[in-house]
Amino acid sequence: MTKAKKGASYLYLGLVFLFLYAPILVLIFLSFNNSMSRTVWGGFTLKWYLSLTSNDNIMSALGTTIRITLASSILATILGTSAAIGIHYMKKRHAALMLGATNIPLLNADIVTGISLMLLFTRFTPLGEFSVVLAHIAFSVPYVIFNVLPRLQSLSEACIEAALDLGATPTYAFCKVVWPELFPGVLSGFLMALTMSLDDFTITYFTKGAGVNTLSTMLYTQLRKGIQPELYALSTILFLLAFVLLLLMNFKRDIKKEAK
Amino acid sequence: MEFIQFDHVSKSYEKQLILDELDLSVKENSFVTLLGPSGCGKTTTLRLLGGFEKPDSGKIYLNGNDITALPANLRPINTVFQKYALFPHMTIEENIAFGLNIQKKSKDYIDDKIKYALKLVNLDGFEKRSIDSLSGGQQQRIAIARAIVNEPKVLLLDEPLGALDLKLRQNMQYELMKIKQELGITFIYVTHDQEEALTMSDTIVVMNQGYIQQIGTPEDIYNEPENAFVADFIGESNIIEGIMIKDELVSFLGVQVPCVDKGFGTMKPVDVVIRPEDVELDAPGKGFMDGTITDCLFKGVHYELDVQCGEYEWLVHTTKYFEVGQNVSLNVIPFNIQIMNKPESEDEEVMKEDV
Amino acid sequence: MFNKFRTSFLAAPYAVWVLICTILPLLYILGYAITNDAGTLTFANLLAITDPVHLKSLWLSVEIALSTTVICLIIAYPVALILHNLKISNKGFVVFLFILPMWMNFMLRILAWQIILSNNGILNNMLSAIGLPTIHILYTKAAVTLGMIYDFLPYMILPIYNALSKINDQVIEAAADLGANWWTTFIKITVPLSKDGIISGIIMVFVPALSSFVVSNLLGGGKVLLIGNVIEQEFTLARNWNLGSGLSIILMIFVLLSMSIMNRIDDSENGGMLV
Repeated sequence: MTKAKKGASYLYLGLVFLFLYAPILVLIFLSFNNSMSRTVWGGFTLKWYLSLTSNDNIMSALGTTIRITLASSILATILGTSAAIGIHYMKKRHAALMLGATNIPLLNADIVTGISLMLLFTRFTPLGEFSVVLAHIAFSVPYVIFNVLPRLQSLSEACIEAALDLGATPTYAFCKVVWPELFPGVLSGFLMALTMSLDDFTITYFTKGAGVNTLSTMLYTQLRKGIQPELYALSTILFLLAFVLLLLMNFKRDIKKEAK
Repeated sequence: MEFIQFDHVSKSYEKQLILDELDLSVKENSFVTLLGPSGCGKTTTLRLLGGFEKPDSGKIYLNGNDITALPANLRPINTVFQKYALFPHMTIEENIAFGLNIQKKSKDYIDDKIKYALKLVNLDGFEKRSIDSLSGGQQQRIAIARAIVNEPKVLLLDEPLGALDLKLRQNMQYELMKIKQELGITFIYVTHDQEEALTMSDTIVVMNQGYIQQIGTPEDIYNEPENAFVADFIGESNIIEGIMIKDELVSFLGVQVPCVDKGFGTMKPVDVVIRPEDVELDAPGKGFMDGTITDCLFKGVHYELDVQCGEYEWLVHTTKYFEVGQNVSLNVIPFNIQIMNKPESEDEEVMKEDV
Repeated sequence: MFNKFRTSFLAAPYAVWVLICTILPLLYILGYAITNDAGTLTFANLLAITDPVHLKSLWLSVEIALSTTVICLIIAYPVALILHNLKISNKGFVVFLFILPMWMNFMLRILAWQIILSNNGILNNMLSAIGLPTIHILYTKAAVTLGMIYDFLPYMILPIYNALSKINDQVIEAAADLGANWWTTFIKITVPLSKDGIISGIIMVFVPALSSFVVSNLLGGGKVLLIGNVIEQEFTLARNWNLGSGLSIILMIFVLLSMSIMNRIDDSENGGMLV
């Protein structure tokens, strides 16, 4: 690659990153703004960070969000992983049927998924945190399945047979041979489920019922009245947490590589 | 200047030196094999010639023209890749026509060329088939056909038979030689398989750690390896440290043996190479050295024996069977004793380390 | 390995789950769509799409979704290509940077665009600072399209990047070896071989763009009424669930239609996820 071409491609990447991160910079900026206005800079302050924990509204929405996200992504991971293993050993025709059904929530519009679940839930259970968790599992299970399944497919049957041949019980073979191969897929499926659940608005919005608020739905209702600035502070913290975690993971991998 | 000329070509990846000041010349219409263990720089040499890599320093000439900076698509050179690299979204016909379409050849010309090339690689009538429907050996033939329809001046082959099984490999060796004869162009072949190199090429370039160890005909390389690396890499050998007492007399393992080599000086440390098939076994006391058979394996055409003589264990090939534990003596006619200089320079030290 | 038949029962809980949480809800929405308040069978809710107001929303949705998809593809393909050709050891980290924005709340990110695009917002301040005329795009179709491009861009980049990673480098070299220049290689080899990724990307951007109602609410300011907004209003404000369900079914049909068109282009059949 010539230097000019290289420079141009870096410039292009930079511009796209600027596009993606510009709103995030704005929000971080706002979290330090000593003014209720969204467009006027009133000086630097940390007060939104300090008053964050005493804002009951936000704290309860944060609690709800964390509970729903964790519960749904953990349950989705368990359900999805065992489903993936089962589907892998099914007859081809049955597996194709299951995969077809699994694609539905991925391909269907969020609004249709949200509404259809709401129509079902209102018949059998009062809408609330529980129904939101069910709804979140419904749209995140496919991500788990499609992350685990390729791992199973690339796992050589001969490896498992070798383990059994060497005297391992099926359970032992699963723990020592199958699971280590599966784990990266399970983990990335879990992280995807977590991210999707955390970022979801539409499906939560239709299935939450009155009184329950996640951060997303609370923000939606506040949009007209004006956003409580503590929310900028909270989002900044969450975002930076994810960013630092990513850096750490990257750093750790670099060290591992160096050691090699 | 020769047809292909590498002039002081160096190349490194991520600070690791792969080729160091390589000089290499290749005659037109020859079948040259670059032979060496993995990481010896043979594939890098091929990629530099193909135009997929640029050297850090040095020049590459083709037919007297400097092609160092010429991109791959403008070189009159085509490559048969290791893992075929056929275009998976195209039919066989489309694959073969790819280069000709770029040259804007006429439809009739292209059709004729496809027919000719498929016939040459024994796959007549495969035009409309898809790539997935082919076996590994067939894919390799298509890769060859795709390269040669462009009538390149040089055909590069990067371990093209590496992924095939033994039987198929031997058939393809024969076919490649036939194709080479028919086309009359220069073949540059990369492999780590010494048997392949010895069978097909008219010149072998043995490489190790970025340096050329020896260039010569297959016979030269096999019979007169220039250093311990080549001796060890090509076939099996007994390589023993010795001292050249004077011309035509060498001492090793405590005995003095006549040889035919001259000009090493007197009392010079050397390496002595003796091929296992050149060692003759006799009754104890009759040869230059006595020993005991410690192992005897049947290998089809011959027996492979280990003979312990004091500290050193000889590798010997014979057609006669010997009992393990039997006492024998060893004999070698002077002509079959190959004397090699000990490495002196740093470069040569590198070769030695690898042995 | 393990008894295949017995092991396949590990999927049994999920099979039950699919029936209850995937199939049944769709039957429910269909049931609502083809009945009225009183529970009698009617096609009025489905035919309501021919109402000029609804039809206008649908076309506007299609128009915005199409332009979002096309622009995303134009922006994303070079990004994926550059990322793929990047010669650094931890490409995964750079790829992750495209997903990271999702950890800042979606609603807030769109809100931030409101702040950037507003009449006396950051963009216009910057424009006037360098002596350019200000633009008024907030609460227009353009702003909604921009918001959607922003929101869905990573969904276009990632599948294309994945598809590019699967291309054997030697195939690209083979094209150069056979005389193809950069452009020919790109058109004849790279693009056809990344087709699966392009199609996944198009589906993953087009479908949510077609049905989104939040972006249009925030950046369209109620002036840009998409089919998603109409459906949402039927459920929240008008409380006409039957009409809302009818329109949802129409939306679903549109989604299925567009996907079958894409699938026809993509002849290779693989049962995996579209990501």
